[in-house]
Amino acid sequence: MSIIEVKNLKVWYPIRGGFFNTIKGYVKAVDDVNLSIEPGETYGLIGESGSGKSTIGKTIVGIERPTAGSIIYKGEDVTKGRNRKKLKYNRDVQMIFQDSLSSLNPRKRINDIIAEPIRNFEKLSKTEENHRVKELLDIVGMPKGSMYKYPFEFSGGQRQRIGIARAVSTHPKLIVADEPVSALDLSVQAQVLNYMQDIQKEFNISFLLISHDLGVVRHMCKNLSIMTRGRFVEVGTREDIYDRPQHIYTKRLLAAIPDINPRNRQEDTKERLRVEAEYENDEKAWYDKNHRVLDLKPVSSSNTHYAAVPESNSMVEQGGE
Amino acid sequence: MDKEKDNVLLEIEHLRTAFRINGKFYNAVDDCSLTLRKNEIYAIVGESGCGKSTLATSIVGLLDPLNSKVKGSIKYRGQELVDLNADEYDKIRGENIGMIFQDPLSALNPLMRVGDQITEALYYHTKDSEAERKKKALELLKRVGIPDPEGTFRRYPHELSGGMRQRIIISIAVACSPEIIIADEPTTALDVTIQAQIIDLLKDIQKEKESGIIFITHDLGVVAEIADRVGVMYAGQLVEIGSVFDIFEDPKHPYTRSLLNSIPQAGELGDRLHVIQGNVPPLSEMKRSGCRFAPRIPWIPASAHEENPSYHQVGDGHYVLCTCYQTFHFQEEK
Repeated sequence: MSIIEVKNLKVWYPIRGGFFNTIKGYVKAVDDVNLSIEPGETYGLIGESGSGKSTIGKTIVGIERPTAGSIIYKGEDVTKGRNRKKLKYNRDVQMIFQDSLSSLNPRKRINDIIAEPIRNFEKLSKTEENHRVKELLDIVGMPKGSMYKYPFEFSGGQRQRIGIARAVSTHPKLIVADEPVSALDLSVQAQVLNYMQDIQKEFNISFLLISHDLGVVRHMCKNLSIMTRGRFVEVGTREDIYDRPQHIYTKRLLAAIPDINPRNRQEDTKERLRVEAEYENDEKAWYDKNHRVLDLKPVSSSNTHYAAVPESNSMVEQGGE
Repeated sequence: MDKEKDNVLLEIEHLRTAFRINGKFYNAVDDCSLTLRKNEIYAIVGESGCGKSTLATSIVGLLDPLNSKVKGSIKYRGQELVDLNADEYDKIRGENIGMIFQDPLSALNPLMRVGDQITEALYYHTKDSEAERKKKALELLKRVGIPDPEGTFRRYPHELSGGMRQRIIISIAVACSPEIIIADEPTTALDVTIQAQIIDLLKDIQKEKESGIIFITHDLGVVAEIADRVGVMYAGQLVEIGSVFDIFEDPKHPYTRSLLNSIPQAGELGDRLHVIQGNVPPLSEMKRSGCRFAPRIPWIPASAHEENPSYHQVGDGHYVLCTCYQTFHFQEEK
C-alpha cells in the first residue's frame, strides 16, 4: 500500500500572446507522469535544471495546481481542497527547500519558525510547545540555545537542519525534499543526509528526494526515476538504473558524473564521448516528432524497470539473455 | 636548470591575504606557497570559507585595496605582481592571466552584446583592427563549441543558456591566449552533462595553448577528472599538496581523508556517511597557531600535533602540513 500515488499528472503553463492575449500554446512542465511512494521509503527524482522535477514536488505539496491528473492519498484525490482538509493532508505532507536562507523568515526567531506549523495544526500550551521545539532541535543535533537566535546567525548546514526540524514538527508522513543538500559542502551534506535517514527510521517518514546529484540519490534511494522535458525517461530500482541503464538520456547522465578515481580518467572521457556521439546520432529515435519523450515500456522481466525506449528496443534485456 | 625555470609560470610564496573586519585585519589566506608550471592543471579544493577564492582573486589582483592587504610574493615568470599598481596590473590581467568566474550571468555585462565583450579584451591587449578582432572573436566562439557563432556574436547574455554563457566566459578568458588561466568554480552552477562538456573543453584548450590552469573547486569528482596536481586547502592554508594520484590513492592529512570519506559512495543503501565534526571557523575566530584542523578531530591527542606546523615531505612532490597525519585514525576505528 503506497502512501501517495501520483496518477497521470500534468502541469501545463499557458503561453499567452497576440492582441487579445489569448493562449497560444503551453509549456508542458510536467506531462503525464505516474509515481507512487511506499511508506518509510526514499524515492529519488533526478533531472537536470528545467526538467520539471521541482514542479512535481510543488504540486504534491500543493504549491502548484495540476492541470490534469490526480494525487491519491489514503484512497482519495487530494487535488480537491475538501479532501485535503478532511485527510489533514497539509499537516501530513511537508517540504524541505533548497535554499535554506530564503525559506526561513529572517525576522523570526528559530523558536517561532519551528513552532509555526505546530501552532497551525495543534493547540499546545506555551511550555508544551517549548518542550517540543527543544526536542526537535535535539533530533537534528542543534544546541538548545539556538531557539532564541535568528536564521542569519547559522551556517548553511545548520539552517538546513532547522528546515528539517520544521518539516518534521507536525509528524508528517511524507516530506518532499527539493534539492536539500545541493547548496552545501561535502561534509555538511553528509551530516544533513545522515539526519534525514535518522528521522526516517525514527518516525517512519517517506521522502521524495528531488535532486540533480546522482551520487546522493544512489546513496539514499531504493527506487528512483529520471526525468527530462517534463516526462519520465526511466523508472526503476537503483540497481536497474545505475547498472543497467536503457535510455540514452540516462546513459548520458551517468557517463557525465565525474569518477573519483583519477586512473579511469581516459576511459571515462572516451566512454563519455562515445555516449555523447550516440546521443547526437540517434537522438530522434528516442523522442517522437514533437521532441516529446516516448511512453514508458517495461524493459526487463523484473517488473520494476521501465524506460521510454523506442518500439524496437523494448525488452532488450530479455532478448539479450 | 634554465628549462625548469622556463616551465615555471607562477610562483606564489608565503602569500598572506587579509581582510578588514571591524577595523582589524584577518588573514583569509595564511602562508600559502605553490608553483604552477606550464601544461599543468593545479586544482585547489576545500570547503567554502577556506580561502580558495581569495587565493584566486589575490593572484589576479581584483581585491579591494582599502579593505584587504596582500603580503608575500606572487611571481609571474619572475615578475612580482604583488606591488603592481592598477594600471600595470591591467596589462597583465587578460593578456597573461585569464580568469573564469563561477556565475557566468553575473560575470557578463547584461547590457553589452556577447561579441563586443569578447572583442573588448582584444581591443585592450592587441593592436588588431576592428575587422580582425571580429574575425578572432568568431573563431573563438567556434572553438568553444558554440553552434552558431555569427548569430551568438550579436546576442545578449540573457538569451543564452548557462552552459553557453560559461563558454562565452571561457572564450573571453582565452581571447589573448594567456599562459595562465584561473578558473574559480567554473562548473559549480552547471548541470552534470554540461559540466562534463566544459571540463573537456578546458582540457582541450589547455593542451592546445600549453597554458597552466589553477582550477578552484569543492567537487572532488571534478578534481579527479581534471587535475594534475592538487592542493587541499583548509582554514587559509594548503594542508596537503601532491599529484592527483597522491591525493586520491594515498591521502595523508586528516582533512583530505575525512573529505574523501564523506563522499556518498555506491555502497549499501542507508550506510551512514562520514561527518567531519564541527565547522570551518569564521575568519575572525580562526585559531592562528598550531594545527588548525585539531579542533575538528578532538580524539587525536594534542601531542600528535606540531606547535608550529611545517610541511613534511611524504613522497615525490607530496607534502603534508603538521605531524598529526602520522597517528590519525577515524574515530570509529579506534
